Amino acid sequence: MEAVLFFASALGALGGAIGVVALRNPFYGVLALIVHLFSLAVLFLLLSAAFVAAAQVVVYAGAVMVLYVFVTAYVGGDTESAWEPIPGQRFLAPLMGAALFIELSIAVLGSSLVALGTHGSDVNPSFGNPAAIGRLLLERFLLAFEASSILLLLAAVGAVILAGRRVEGTTRGSSEHSSEAPAERSEDPLVVPSPGASA
Amino acid sequence: MNVEWYIVLSSLLFAVGATGILIRRSPVVILLCLEIMLNAGNLSLVAFSKMVGNQQGQIFAIIVMVVAACEVVVGLGLIVAIFRRKLPLDVDELRELRG
Repeated sequence: MEAVLFFASALGALGGAIGVVALRNPFYGVLALIVHLFSLAVLFLLLSAAFVAAAQVVVYAGAVMVLYVFVTAYVGGDTESAWEPIPGQRFLAPLMGAALFIELSIAVLGSSLVALGTHGSDVNPSFGNPAAIGRLLLERFLLAFEASSILLLLAAVGAVILAGRRVEGTTRGSSEHSSEAPAERSEDPLVVPSPGASA
Repeated sequence: MNVEWYIVLSSLLFAVGATGILIRRSPVVILLCLEIMLNAGNLSLVAFSKMVGNQQGQIFAIIVMVVAACEVVVGLGLIVAIFRRKLPLDVDELRELRG
């Protein structure tokens, strides 16, 4: 039963990941990543990490993916051009990925960790449940918990500053009053208009 | 299931994510591939935590999740800012910082 669940969710995770890489439309890529994240949550449950699985579904497959869907709908799902800046990049990159996989496998399986071939240690049913994780987070790892809360706050403030509506004439420099000028200059896709370049 | 299955799956997912970052050129898809790589790391952390029988690996995975959420927020903010300035959403054409 456990093997069936493992292989089913491993196939889901791998298929989702390959879908993200292979699908042309970014919107379908986001949907494939949701499949990947749900399969990973099942794998976490198999590894008796109930709280991590719940956080994976709620935080990742819920909140973060909604953010991705909104941004993809906002910027539009345009397909990429077939132009390659480095010749043979599409051919060389999967080779490099395969080399990375082989290297990682050699590094892990070649290590002398005898517990790798076992089922893992026998844990009691309360291993990884929310009470145990909460006790660890609020007692032993309180500093990491607080630091991550500050990091989240900083990221939220930074995102508001980055993506918020700019006040015209303050960030672009005072010499540029018309808002159409950057749009005209970016007609040529290779000429990247830089803020304040004409100042 | 043995722990090594999880570790091999994790390294396979990591390699797929790295390949995606090398192949794709849309910043949104590159962020998605980054998520795959972070999740592969999380999977191996949780698998090792089960192997050792210690819950601290799961705490590590949760903190990695928080950092990934921050990275997503800042990255998507950057993408929206790029889009607002009507710059091309293609990492090969955004080459201002190239030396």
